Order: sequence, then structure tokens, then C-alpha cells
Amino acid sequence: MMSAAQQNGGSRSEARLLSAILVVTICLTLAPVLRLFIEGVTYQGRPSLELMRDVLTQPSTLSALKHSLVTAGLGTLISLVLGAAFAFLVALTDLRAKAALVFCLMIPMMIPPQITALSWTQIMGPSSVLLKTLGIAPPLGAPQPLYSPEGIIFLLGIQHMSIIFLTLRAGLRSIPQDVVEAARISGAKGLRTWWQVVMPLTLPSLAAGTAITFVTALGNFGIPAMLGIPAGYATLPTLVYQKLAGMGTTVLAEVSVLAMLIGAVAVAGILLQRLCQSRQKLHLVGSTSRPLALPLGAARLPVEVLLWAVIFAILVLPMFGLLATSLVPAYGVPLRLDTVTLAAWYEVLFRQPVTSRAFANSFGLAAGASVALVAICLPLAWLMERRKTRLARLFDSLLDLPYALPGVVLSIAMILLLIKLPFTEATLYGTIWIIFLAYLARFFAVMFRPVQASLKQFDPALDEAAQSVGASLYRRLRDVILPLSAPAAAAGAILVFLTAFNELTVSALLWSSGTETLGVVIFNLDDSGETSMASALAMTIVFVVVVLMALIQLFSRRFPKGVVPWQT
Amino acid sequence: MADIDLSSVSKTFAGTPALEDITTRFDDGEFIALLGPSGCGKTTLLRILAGFEEPSSGRLRIGTREMANAETGANLPPEERNIGFVFQSYALWPHMSVRRNVSYPLEIRRFSKAETARHTAAALASTGLENYADRMPSDLSGGQRQRVALARCLVSDPCAVLLDEPLANLDVALRATMQGVFTDFHKRTGATMVYVTHDQAEAMAMADRIAVMDQGRIQQFDTPQTLYERPRNRFVAEFVGRGTVVPIQEVTQAGNAQQARILGARVAVQSAREAPVSHVCLRPENLTISEHGDLRSKVARVTYMGGKYLLETVTDCGARLFAETRARFEVGAQLGLTITTPWAFSED
Repeated sequence: MMSAAQQNGGSRSEARLLSAILVVTICLTLAPVLRLFIEGVTYQGRPSLELMRDVLTQPSTLSALKHSLVTAGLGTLISLVLGAAFAFLVALTDLRAKAALVFCLMIPMMIPPQITALSWTQIMGPSSVLLKTLGIAPPLGAPQPLYSPEGIIFLLGIQHMSIIFLTLRAGLRSIPQDVVEAARISGAKGLRTWWQVVMPLTLPSLAAGTAITFVTALGNFGIPAMLGIPAGYATLPTLVYQKLAGMGTTVLAEVSVLAMLIGAVAVAGILLQRLCQSRQKLHLVGSTSRPLALPLGAARLPVEVLLWAVIFAILVLPMFGLLATSLVPAYGVPLRLDTVTLAAWYEVLFRQPVTSRAFANSFGLAAGASVALVAICLPLAWLMERRKTRLARLFDSLLDLPYALPGVVLSIAMILLLIKLPFTEATLYGTIWIIFLAYLARFFAVMFRPVQASLKQFDPALDEAAQSVGASLYRRLRDVILPLSAPAAAAGAILVFLTAFNELTVSALLWSSGTETLGVVIFNLDDSGETSMASALAMTIVFVVVVLMALIQLFSRRFPKGVVPWQT
Repeated sequence: MADIDLSSVSKTFAGTPALEDITTRFDDGEFIALLGPSGCGKTTLLRILAGFEEPSSGRLRIGTREMANAETGANLPPEERNIGFVFQSYALWPHMSVRRNVSYPLEIRRFSKAETARHTAAALASTGLENYADRMPSDLSGGQRQRVALARCLVSDPCAVLLDEPLANLDVALRATMQGVFTDFHKRTGATMVYVTHDQAEAMAMADRIAVMDQGRIQQFDTPQTLYERPRNRFVAEFVGRGTVVPIQEVTQAGNAQQARILGARVAVQSAREAPVSHVCLRPENLTISEHGDLRSKVARVTYMGGKYLLETVTDCGARLFAETRARFEVGAQLGLTITTPWAFSED
């Protein structure tokens, strides 16, 4: 009865505002995807599958599809092993310093993939400054081992292990502790409890996490671009990039089909994930207030050492490589007391006009997107919670799409939608606005979901009380809803800022001279051999990322449950 | 201050009726209680008065203004009705101090700073909250929070005050105190008050008139005394007070007096009109325990009520009757009961 009550409550101004914001948001987030679909099934203005058939039968398409599936699939497997091991140990046992472990495990997900790739190439191969300094570099001429399918798979695995870790940990936390206690009182010990009780109950969330990891790995552009392009190994996203960069918008129709192909594989993965997640919710009832802490006994210290060693290897070591490279005068020179220099830092941060422009662009885009999304999401999430109309529910089920779909798909869709604005000759392609609109669409869910989570826990009587004393919709939004959901909105804004500030995939396809973003600049610096400068810039960005994450962590206790993504 | 007039108000939620054809009038300055079991529609009725729900059919008028009319589709939003609402959860804004919570309605109405301060101080004083004005709601106890909610709704001089189970979250002792606060508040302001509760003791203690609701309808709308002594049907008889409804076997009319055969005994009954009656309501007051009572029954349960005992007895023909006594009986004891002038009504 309560949901029906909410449906009918309130005033007409709410209904009007809801429709208005919904229309704008649907145009922003879902229209591009629809436009892309139309492009794929038409040829020169009429419905035709000819183009689709042509592109899909090209050998380059088929090999890129195969490469995508292989790297994403095997990369997911590595994420699964690493992420699941960490999740089970952190969620079920009495390890110490869990909060620190979780925080460190989140960093790989927040560091942009092109920086992950850059940092790993700095600790391997013949020209690694770190290895040269230590005197263990392979001889000149030896290949860079990461410029290979195996390298891509390995780094995709590390990059996305946090996703498995998070979904599985959330699933494990929803297991009522009495279920495990009942197994133990029945005589099941240690691993047997895990295998026969915990494991079957977590399979749905494990499967959901695996599916979404696969989709994310499939859409990853930074890692296959940095590692695959030098090796001549193209995946679907890099194939789209290469075609578009090489031949411009003349191949737009062709890359649309490729984007649809990626989109189709991704949608299959998303549907699988939704299916698994809905299973998870079915049968778990009971108290989950106390987290599980099965004693590890004598194995605790060795396990802790092992886990921190893994974190050191995948997080700290590559950063040392990056740091070493950024401190030498020229790439390949070993780092010694007499060669150490901050020249690359100085050059990239203060001298290069491109980088300062990119800083301004990325900062403006990220801050602008955060502010615009707060302004859209706050009233929208509130009104959708109050008035569960059919359109609102449909939108709720689709709004994750622009974020879940690979960035390449959204970028191509945005180009199609904005290259020629309807009823005019104007174009947004090549301006900063196309990147801005693409960011709004892509990061919409990043802002919306935390705000929604906090508003779901909000007592509707607080709003009704304001209504009964005469406050208009605008006053209620300003005086009651905004202050109470401000922490969630702030967390969402920081997350959007964080992701947008580092973003590469979307801007790589949408940038032009003057609208470079930081992601693009790092990519281009590395591409043109300026590895020291690229490393210095990457270090700066990692620093910004960690500071922003620490900021969220610091205030996490003040956020409602479900707002900080790594504290679900 | 204003009266409230409802005509044929109905409400359905997704096809399920929650309120059916409510036509009634709450007079200016009356303290009305809406009483009923959960799911009877009392909260829905209150929310329609406040404007949080729109009626599916029918009309609502408060004072001189038509608030809702399902035929024309007119529905004045809650923020324009000038009505006070006290929520079960108090609904204090946690980010505002007590003073700001109370002054917010005046802020909305664009009162001057001095006016706002004066009215707020008066509202805080009348609820005994002067010393808590600068605290945050989270620092207050349940009873204090309820006072803040009351102060907030009275500060803007509403034309009616609606209260949705305001005492449900308080402990028993505090409930009695707060009942006093509400009654005093009603006396002082003369506001029309509509009070939703499922606790009949609360309704009896405070209300001028009680509307007993069940299954979306008002079953009876009368003073507490009338409800208790002259219930109109089986639901009201059983819901209000302690009583057993038993069928009448035969009625005989002798001049003005009416006699009926109940559980084999012949007794005089009272009823509302000449219309045929079918059932009587037997309350403890209608039953006297005596050695030679004509209704033989056995004690099934004894409950000490403080100063007296409540006996649940089973008669030979299987009816369960409640009687009160100052003497102690053992479970299983045989006793005789005499029925004196119970209230009879017709029930199909």
C-alpha cells in the first residue's frame, strides 16, 4: 500500500517537473544509444542490413572480435581468481586491518587503465629505468614482454579484480551469519562450511561480478591501446579507434557497426549479470548485522603477509617504476644520484602548453559534469522515489546502460547524434561540448545511484511535513532534500570527478586539437616516445586520485549506507 | 479554524478499495478520533484531508474552501491547504535546530524576522520547550520530539490539525502525559483536530467524537459514551470495550419494554428503535455473579486487573462471557450469571 500511496501523493508541479527532467535525461543518456542502433540497420537512408553484413564479414573485424573475446575472457579469469580470493578472505575471516586492505584493493580500479599499462611497462623490458638502475634489465633488443596478448590479459586481470572483489564481498555480507553458525553447530568445519554453505549461496553474486567484469574488460581501451597497438594486436575498441583516427568521419557508418558489435556482446553480459543478481535476492533472509569472522588461527599471519605482498606487487611496484622513469633526464638512462632530475616534471606540469590545456580541459569537464549531474540527479532521484510512474521505472532499469556499455560505443553514438545538429548546419563534433555531453551520459549512473541509495533511506514524512507547513516543491528541494542528501551527492560528485578527470576511452575518440584531456595527453606523450613526461604526468594523476579517494574514505562514516562504492 | 465536510469520498489503490463512500462532517473546533484496526483506511482518510492523497471519487471541503473534487479533478496541494500535520515518526528535520524546525513554516509565509521570533517563542513556550530551542532534534527524547512536532504545526495557526498515531512510538507513562498535552492544546486553541489511532483508550480519553472505521467504511460515528453503551453493529460492539455478541432467540414486545430470550434466559433489553433486533452485546457491566443466577457457567481464565478480577467464563451452551468481580475465583469454578438490560441491535 505504501508504494501506491507514494505514487499518488504530492502535487501536480511534481508530476510536471518529473516529466521535464525525465525527457531531458532520456535525450541525454538513451537517445545516443538508439541513434547508434538506427545507423547500423540503415544504408544511405533506408533500412538495410547490407552494411552490417559487409563489416561483419571483414577479416579485420573477425580477428578483432576474437582478440577481444580472448583478452576479455582470460583477463576476467585472472580477476576472478585474485578478486575472489581476496573477497573470501576479507569478508569471512578474522584478518586484521581490513579497511586498509579494501582501500588498497580499490586503487587499481580507480587508476586509469592507460596509467596502469604505462606503469607496468616501466618495470619490464629492456629500457625499464627501474630494472636498469638495479642492474637486472634484459639486454637491449629484447622484446617488451607486455606488448603481447598475454600482457593485455594480465593487466586487464589486475585492473578489474576490484569489481569481482566488490560484488562478491557485497554478496558475502548479505549471507545471514546464522546460516554459517547453523552449519558449524551441525558439525561442519572450516573449509567444509565454506564449500558446502557459503560457496553455493555466493554463486549468484560471483556470476554477476564475473559477467560485469567481462563487459568492463571488453570495453577497456587504455590497456589494449598502449600494449596492443605496438604489437599489432587489435581488439574491437582499438580497431574502432584506429579506423576513426586514420580515416576520420568517412568511416563513421562502418565503425558504428563495430560499436554495435561490442555493444551486443556487452548487453549479453549485462543481461546475464542482472539475471544472476535477481537470483541473489531471492532466498537470503535473516540478520546480517554482525560480519562473519571465522578464525584463521596460526595461518593468519602468513595469509596477511601474502595478501600484502600481492598488493605490493600489483600496486606499489609499478608505481616505483613510474616514479623512476619520471626522474631521469631521458628514457633509458639509469637512475643514479647524478642523473636524478625533476626536468620531466617541470616540463610537463609547467612548460608544455598541451598539458596545461589538458589540465584545464579535464578539470573543467570533470567539475562541470559533477555540478551538472548533481543538479539533474538530485531532483530526479527524489521525484522518481516519490512518484513511481511507469516511465520512471523503465528509465530506472535502463539508466546504467551508458555507463555499463563500453565507452567506444557511447562515443560513436555521440558522434552520430551530434555531428549534425537537427534543423541546423551546426556541429558539436570537434568541440569540447561533445565530450561534456558524453561525460554527462556516461557518468550519469555514477552520480544517480549513490543519491538514489541515500534517498531510499529517507523518511518521506520529512518531505510531507514541509509540504504540510506550506513549502513549495522548490523550497522543499532546497531546504529539506538537498541538505539531507548532500553527503551522498558530494560522494557522487567526487566519484564523477575522479572518473571523468582520468577518462580516456570517450575522449580518445572525441578530442581534437585544443580539446585534449589528460588521458589523451598521456596516451599521446607515450605514443611519441616522451615516456618520462608521460610518467611524471601519470604520477601526478595517481596522486590526485589517491587524495580524492582518501577524502571520500575520511568522510565515509557520514555517508548513508550504499553511497561509497567500496563500502557496500 | 474550520469545519470539515466529506461527501461520498472513496479511494482505491491499484483496484483495491481503501475507502468506500465516506460522507461525514467534522464540526469546527471538534476533537475527532479515527479509530480502527490496521488497514481499515483511517490513515488514508487522514492523508486525503491533508492532500497527500487524492480521492478517487467524492468531494472534500475544509472551511469555505473546496480542497478536492474528484469530478472536476481539482486537488489543492498540501502546501496550500494551511493544515497542521503531526507524524507518527515526528518528521523533524534532522539538519535544523528545534527553533528552526518550529520557525520554518513562518519563514515560508515570509513573516518578518521580529514576527517570526515572537510566534516561535510563543509556540515553544506553550509546549514547554523554551530551554531546548537551540538543540538539534537528535539530542531530544521521544516526548520532546513530539512536542516540537506539535509546536511546528501550531505556529502557523492552521485551520485544522491532523495527527497520525502521534503517540505510537512512546512508552506508556509518556503517552499519558502527552495525552494531557494534546487535550490542553485543543482546549486552548479551539482547533479542529483529527486524530488517527488504533488505541481505543487513547481515543476515548481525548476525543469529542470517535469515528470507528473498518474495511474502508465508517461503522459508527458517535461520542465515546454512545459508542460504548449503544454500539450499532457487531464490529463496533466487539472492537470498542470488552464485550461478547450473542444472538437473540426470540423477542417479545410488551408496551414500551422489550424482552428477549438470550442463551436460554429471558431478559429485558434496550435498543435504538422499534426495528427488529437480532443480537445483544454483553459487557461485564451487564453481568452479575450470583449463586442462583440462571446462566450456569464455568470459569475458564482469571486475570487480575488491579483491585478486581476479570473472569472469562464459558456457559453451558458454549458462549464465552466476560464478567468482573472483586472476589477471587479459581479456574474451573462453577457460578451463575444474571444478565441485566443489555444493548440490542440488528445484525445480518
